[in-house]
Amino acid sequence: MGKQATRISVNGKSHARVVEARLTLADFLRHELGLTGTHLGCEHGVCGTCTVLVDGRTARSCLMFAVQANGSEVTTVEGLVPDGELSVLQQAFIDNHGLQCGFCTPGMLMTLTELLRDNAAPSEQEVREALTGNLCRCTGYAGIVKAALDAAQRLRAGSGA
Amino acid sequence: MKPASFDYHAPRQLKEAAELLATLPNAKILAGGQSLVPMMNFRYVIVDHLVDLGHVDDLRGIAVIDGRLRVGAMMRQRDLETAPEIVRHCPLLAEALHHVGHRQTRNRGTIGGSLAHADPAAELPAVCLAYDAVLHLASIRGLRAVPFREFSLGFMTTALAPDEMIAAIELPIWRLGHGYGFHEFARRHGDFALAGAAALLDIGAGNVVRRAALALFGVAEQPVRVDAAEAALIGKPIDAALIQSAAAAAWLIEPISDIHAGGDYRRHLAQVLGARALMDAARRAGIDL
Repeated sequence: MGKQATRISVNGKSHARVVEARLTLADFLRHELGLTGTHLGCEHGVCGTCTVLVDGRTARSCLMFAVQANGSEVTTVEGLVPDGELSVLQQAFIDNHGLQCGFCTPGMLMTLTELLRDNAAPSEQEVREALTGNLCRCTGYAGIVKAALDAAQRLRAGSGA
Repeated sequence: MKPASFDYHAPRQLKEAAELLATLPNAKILAGGQSLVPMMNFRYVIVDHLVDLGHVDDLRGIAVIDGRLRVGAMMRQRDLETAPEIVRHCPLLAEALHHVGHRQTRNRGTIGGSLAHADPAAELPAVCLAYDAVLHLASIRGLRAVPFREFSLGFMTTALAPDEMIAAIELPIWRLGHGYGFHEFARRHGDFALAGAAALLDIGAGNVVRRAALALFGVAEQPVRVDAAEAALIGKPIDAALIQSAAAAAWLIEPISDIHAGGDYRRHLAQVLGARALMDAARRAGIDL
């Protein structure tokens, strides 16, 4: 029952696969492509550790089937910057203690990447609201919020804006 | 935590989708997936066939026709939140959308999906009730128009036949200059509401209330219009005291009581939030309160 041909572009590279319809996008990324940066925390859409970008918008990859992403562009945490480099946001996380165990971090980065792309100068309140869909058990969020505001400032300074 | 096997169908036309839904055994619609897929992951829902409406262009679009705003059922909540037509003509809907889930869920979740799922704590059913929206339902038998009060039947129960889907939602547009208010109470932003209120006010000369609508959600098995509050407002000059006494009618609801909140607490929240939503609506209609 239920095998389907699908073609998904992930971090700029196209992948054609035949998969079960019930395979979630999260499991496709992790098991078919070996991109384990996308995490599974709850598998019912509340924790945000599975957050990726689908056609430029954040999505909970545990709530999508891979076959739904047929023809779409998916960006995972591995695709934020070339391997070996760190984005401004990632460096800000390091500098501001935005992570401890790191489990929530990929999801946080994807959500904040979308926020900062759409809003170059978010207020602290706007950062906190943007993060409501991502849970962290370690940090108490303060370092994550600081990292986001710090990254926003660095990006504005860097762009000359 | 993995769903059971199913066959996946991605029709491109509404007619094809209706035929699939009518002929495939144990089939369900996949809209945004933000409510359905968690249930499938838990195996709380097991289907043999999933009909994905994501590629049916007929189910998208926003149009203003004859004083009504018509929205395709597959419009993503995020697209509605930022749509200029919605902000201009149905600002209550735009305001309510900020409170629906989280950005990630609004990117995928749809208005049709939320209405069909009919969670008692959901915002969009209450907004449709406040507007007396008309839902256009599609099946192989054709289209039928159902007023929202007849669509919402009870706890997560709607008038949709098993082979029927929501195609479009029509919201009557209130007079330019009308006021709207929306409040909900949840433990965290984006959580399921323990209680919420959506209000619309049309205020005329002499600050007299010409039209009023107050819908509550999260407090009962389905959203509730507080007819007694509306009756107390219509025809009277609006002020804070009138709003407080009208909102007190929310005490008359039959609340649900569960581990999140008891019935009396929900009644209390309903009155407080109802009053706040009406106050905001009055202020937005230009009344100095």
